[in-house]
Amino acid sequence: MTVSILLFLPIVAAVITALLKNGIAKHAALFFSVAQLVIALIFLSKFVPDASTQFVIDVPWISSYGIYFSAGIDGISMVLVLLTTVLVPLIILTTYQHQYKNEGAFYGLILFMQAGMLVVFTALDGFLFYVGWEAALIPIYFICALWGGENRIRITIKFFIYTFAGSLFMLVGIIYLYLQSPDKTFDIHNFYKMTLDVKHQSWIFWAFFLAFAIKMPLFPFHTWQPDTYTEAPSGGTMMLSGIMLKMGIYGVIRWMIPNAPLGFFNFQVLAIVLGVIGVVYASIIAFKQKDGKRLVAYSSIGHVGLIAAGIFAWNIAGVQGAMIQMLNHGINVVGMFFIWDIISRRLNTREIDQLGGIAKVAPRFAIGFLIILLGTVGLPLTNGFIGEFLLLKGVFDFGAHHYGGIALGAVAGLTIIFGAVYMLRMYKNVMQGETNPLTATFADVSGTEKFTLCLICVLVIALGIYPQPILHISEAAVTQLVNQIGSKFTM
Amino acid sequence: MNTIIIISVLPIVLLYLGLYKAQKALLPVTVIGLLAALACAICQWTAKDMAAPIYTGMLLFNNFSVVFSSVTIVSTILILLLSKGYFERISRHTAEYYAIILFSLAGIIVMVSFNNLVMLFIGIEIMSVSLYILAGIKKSDFASNEAALKYFLMGAFSTGFLLFGMALLYGSSGSFNMDAIREYVVNHPHIDPMFYTGIALLIVGLCFKVGAAPFHFWTPDVYEGAPTLITAFMSTVVKTAGFAAFLRLFSACFQPLSDFWTPILLVITIITLFIGNITALYQQSFKRMLAFSSISHAGYLLFAIVSLGAASGNSVFVYATAYSIASIIAFGGLILVQQQGGSDNFESFNGLGKRNPFLAFVLTVAMLSLAGIPLTAGFIGKFFMFSGAVSRYHIGLVIIAVINAIISIFYYFRVIIAMYFRADERAELTVPVYYKVVFALSALATILIGVYPDLIARFI
Repeated sequence: MTVSILLFLPIVAAVITALLKNGIAKHAALFFSVAQLVIALIFLSKFVPDASTQFVIDVPWISSYGIYFSAGIDGISMVLVLLTTVLVPLIILTTYQHQYKNEGAFYGLILFMQAGMLVVFTALDGFLFYVGWEAALIPIYFICALWGGENRIRITIKFFIYTFAGSLFMLVGIIYLYLQSPDKTFDIHNFYKMTLDVKHQSWIFWAFFLAFAIKMPLFPFHTWQPDTYTEAPSGGTMMLSGIMLKMGIYGVIRWMIPNAPLGFFNFQVLAIVLGVIGVVYASIIAFKQKDGKRLVAYSSIGHVGLIAAGIFAWNIAGVQGAMIQMLNHGINVVGMFFIWDIISRRLNTREIDQLGGIAKVAPRFAIGFLIILLGTVGLPLTNGFIGEFLLLKGVFDFGAHHYGGIALGAVAGLTIIFGAVYMLRMYKNVMQGETNPLTATFADVSGTEKFTLCLICVLVIALGIYPQPILHISEAAVTQLVNQIGSKFTM
Repeated sequence: MNTIIIISVLPIVLLYLGLYKAQKALLPVTVIGLLAALACAICQWTAKDMAAPIYTGMLLFNNFSVVFSSVTIVSTILILLLSKGYFERISRHTAEYYAIILFSLAGIIVMVSFNNLVMLFIGIEIMSVSLYILAGIKKSDFASNEAALKYFLMGAFSTGFLLFGMALLYGSSGSFNMDAIREYVVNHPHIDPMFYTGIALLIVGLCFKVGAAPFHFWTPDVYEGAPTLITAFMSTVVKTAGFAAFLRLFSACFQPLSDFWTPILLVITIITLFIGNITALYQQSFKRMLAFSSISHAGYLLFAIVSLGAASGNSVFVYATAYSIASIIAFGGLILVQQQGGSDNFESFNGLGKRNPFLAFVLTVAMLSLAGIPLTAGFIGKFFMFSGAVSRYHIGLVIIAVINAIISIFYYFRVIIAMYFRADERAELTVPVYYKVVFALSALATILIGVYPDLIARFI
């Protein structure tokens, strides 16, 4: 059993779904995505949590360039495969209340995007990685531009050009690595073995860094993100924020740091500082937002900044924290966007100032909102806690060896306070207080909405109370990767 | 060698068919004839590439020739399939048009299989003279006449450079034969300055023919003025052949002297990329945009010659194939929009996604391929080009190319945005069956090559 089934099923599913009529397409998409989840769980049950790469497929693809269709799952990939396969059905469920025109195309594109992302998360060949990277971009461009809001055309092309620009530089970097590799292949293990000098590694570092920093997005490459998140249809926003930005983070762990460790260590402090600036900057801006969806978008920049800082600290706590936080951030951010989707669908507004008192008329909705919110701000016993804890520990551990490093950790730690402030303030303004004429008729959640919300809340609490299984999956692989780089280049 | 014979005899047959008013038979006979020529060409392919020169060393029909003959013949077939009903609108002399296109193709086959500079010259001239006529077949149309005249004057001018360059090469090496010239280059420690001058003049002449900047000024006007189908032929088949000849000449004869001509071509490439892309950005007409984008594609194709190596032939082949089939879709779509919508502005594509989903889809595939997005053939072409350039350490050039690839997104996506995201109430376009076949085949080929390039990437 190889990983290929996981990569090709969504493509087949996408084609089938795209040809179906309105009304059937969403059910088909849900069916296929659940089937994907089941397959992923089967993989998980057979997965041995050591550092090895399993379920490998390796067949020649473009022979004259030493390109192989080579993919496999190790602990790091497994977490992200889980993330993708869990979130896609969840996201499809959250769109159930929408009546999209040309539904087949919408869900077809989502499934195709899933295929692209799974390729990214499992690829062991640089060329394949790049192809998956772009294959995930095209569908989301069309999703945003076809079903998005008013200014979608201008904003989506900005988004597309931004990310495409970054990835082209990455392509140049990958080609360069390929040409330096001893046996002229794109195999990642060959890339790992190479020892280029610092100058070249620095260039490769920047080539990769641009692509990943734009994708995450890391301050100051984030300017496309709030606009795109706001204009995209809610399903598209969830795909972008829940899964797609993890492509950037995953890329850092798997491709950027191990392939250019010396280049990375040259700019390590800069990278961490950028992550920490992102945390503070995004939190301040989030505090001032009036549009709820935009607020969540900025909070996402803050969270990602912390994840990035944890990874760039490059120790086991930081990277493990990033692993689990990727999963949990995905769940939480999908939950938050779902909350705002419910509100804006009912009231046709996302202006926080116009809302208030919803908790009175919709208690079930209020509970769901609160649980997801607590997860987002990282309260202990919710899923957000363990990840943020480990990430901060990672930054502090790094700081312990560097001049002024503790301050860096302390500033990064502000994220928890900041996040709590603007999130709770949002909750207060939206849910508490007196109802106004607009919110008085707010109908509580029911049917698929209730079911979806419950599912998200269960995940938030379950992963908060007992995160160990997830940590265990990636532990061996992360430890090996971190030590391998550390031992090769002791600072 | 039967390919050249078939393609040379076929037009004469067609002229007779025209004489006897058998208009209906023209297209089938042409296509069957070209398929036969294609079959003959493919039969010449040998695993070890052991072809020997023929006709007293004038031609060498090796794998390189097989591959490029095939791609030009296939593109011509696809373009001619789009011609059903097209030439009849211009005048009754349809047989002549088919015949002239085929004469041009005969010249192209000579251009991709020459082994002697004289044959290169003859091939280019057969091709060009036919094209001068084709550009002006709309006799009462002002733009078409302008295109023909401009093309003729500029073409004649560049031919002069070409011929002068060849004469200088002959003067210093004593032969027109490619093997003899290569021997001269390899065995002479001191190369005559006249020889270098010859190379420089040849570069000028060839850059004129392939439309590389700063010798590109004829391109936009000629491409815009000529009938769209002829433009499609010029910007795909002719350009492919031009680059094949360029590459063949340089890799066979001048490779040891690359220190001399690489800087020249490097500058030309960079100028070509920027001029093509930035000017294309400002166009309101789809046809003119394609004209300028074809200049920028010439820039990418020049990569293969700048970073000349064993893989160059393959890169040019894959890139030219990808570019040709995508352009054929684009020009086919343009013909339909132009005929039935009356204009070739970007606005006339508005709302096409709703009215003609199939046409919009294939045009999207074509645009994505031209922009070089993965899973389309265009990306594979760009990837090969970039790899070649990086392998020669032209990192700066690749970075400039990356910037240009990003610029090109703007104008290629304008078409996609117009088709899908801008609404417009217009009548649905009728897409003739022939068009549908060509579109489906080309889009399928674009995706297949994009997913599995080994289908075509291992023949040179």
